[in-house]
Amino acid sequence: MNPVRKQRLILVLAILAGLAVAVGLAVYALRQNINLFYTPQQVVSGEAPVDTKMRVGGLVVDGSVRRNPETLDVTFAVTDGKGTFDIHYRGILPDLFREGQGIVANGTLISRDRFEAEEVLAKHDETYMPPEVQDALEKAGHPGGAGKAGSGSDDSEGYSRGYSESYSSDRPAD
Amino acid sequence: MWKTIKRWYHQLGSPVYFYRFSSAVLPWLLPISLVVLAVGLAWGLAWAPVERYQGDSYRIIYIHVPASSGALMGYIAMGVAGLVALVWRMKMAEVMLKALAPFGAVLAAVSLVTGALWGKPTWGTYWQWDARMTSMLILLFLYLGIIALQSAIRDPRQAARAASLLAMVGVINVVIVKYSVEWLQTLHQGSTLKVIGESSIDDAMKWPLLISMLGLWLLYAANVLMRARTEVLNRERRAGWVRKLVNRP
Repeated sequence: MNPVRKQRLILVLAILAGLAVAVGLAVYALRQNINLFYTPQQVVSGEAPVDTKMRVGGLVVDGSVRRNPETLDVTFAVTDGKGTFDIHYRGILPDLFREGQGIVANGTLISRDRFEAEEVLAKHDETYMPPEVQDALEKAGHPGGAGKAGSGSDDSEGYSRGYSESYSSDRPAD
Repeated sequence: MWKTIKRWYHQLGSPVYFYRFSSAVLPWLLPISLVVLAVGLAWGLAWAPVERYQGDSYRIIYIHVPASSGALMGYIAMGVAGLVALVWRMKMAEVMLKALAPFGAVLAAVSLVTGALWGKPTWGTYWQWDARMTSMLILLFLYLGIIALQSAIRDPRQAARAASLLAMVGVINVVIVKYSVEWLQTLHQGSTLKVIGESSIDDAMKWPLLISMLGLWLLYAANVLMRARTEVLNRERRAGWVRKLVNRP
């Protein structure tokens, strides 16, 4: 290679590498601010500040949703397998909200095990499946649908298992 | 093999050869891309099965994912063109850098808009400042910045040098867009399509998605060729071959 070009190439690549390292360090240092929400583990362990506006995220625990029949009040527990706490919310939940679903809630942590939400968002996972395939999987006793025969619940259980599996394997606690 | 690639590289680096090559390819590329895109979209939007939880609203994936991937790949291509333009001062790389930007910017905008429209019924919000969405917005701004830089500087070679730097540096942001959902806690879900390993989408939904992606990428390629041809003619307007071409009866 022509020496002038070689020098230019080395210079350009050095600038790029330097910038990439700088950006990488900045993102790493700011990741607590860039992360959209605190995980249940961080809430339970005391890493998340009490009495501050923030977001928390996790999976809605099966069987934990309690609604007040008179009002829009709803209380449910969220977990990531390493910690669990209650969220209280008054308002209309998104369509995708169900037990086993991943959610992100915006609000205030009142105590280590109770969060007062002003807004609840449903988090969709990366799985796309037609309803017939889901039924077939359950009939065939696929792990995603196993244990369904006795429980007689809706299809949220299989979803939650698939989700929590990917949740814990994709996102080890840092 | 290496020799063939090298010969191609040098031949396509010549504006005359590129013009002839693109004249031969374009009449095929453009109709094929439109047909492939139409097949993929019609299959995905009308015939693919509904999704178990989202119902029909998931179908926006057939526009959102092709547009997002096109915007990301277009930016990477601009970064490579920028590197070649800076180090080897190759004219065709400068032309390509300019030709890649407008369609890529449109795709980034389409990705953001379709994502917001899907986010409202699915998540319950149009927009959150999560890492994926914010970095995608930055990608759109980078595209717009490159277009603005190129129109702000009159001398095309100077303009290309400034834009090359921005294009190369911006590739870091593409990496952030891609891995934000894995490294950080985001509202946006992880990748459904995986290059290695099994994709977490049913086959009946996956094939129309792959066809739509291919169609849009081909359309992007056709658009880049068309823009590059105009740019080549403009830059080489004083050259003998362009004069001959224009004065042809």
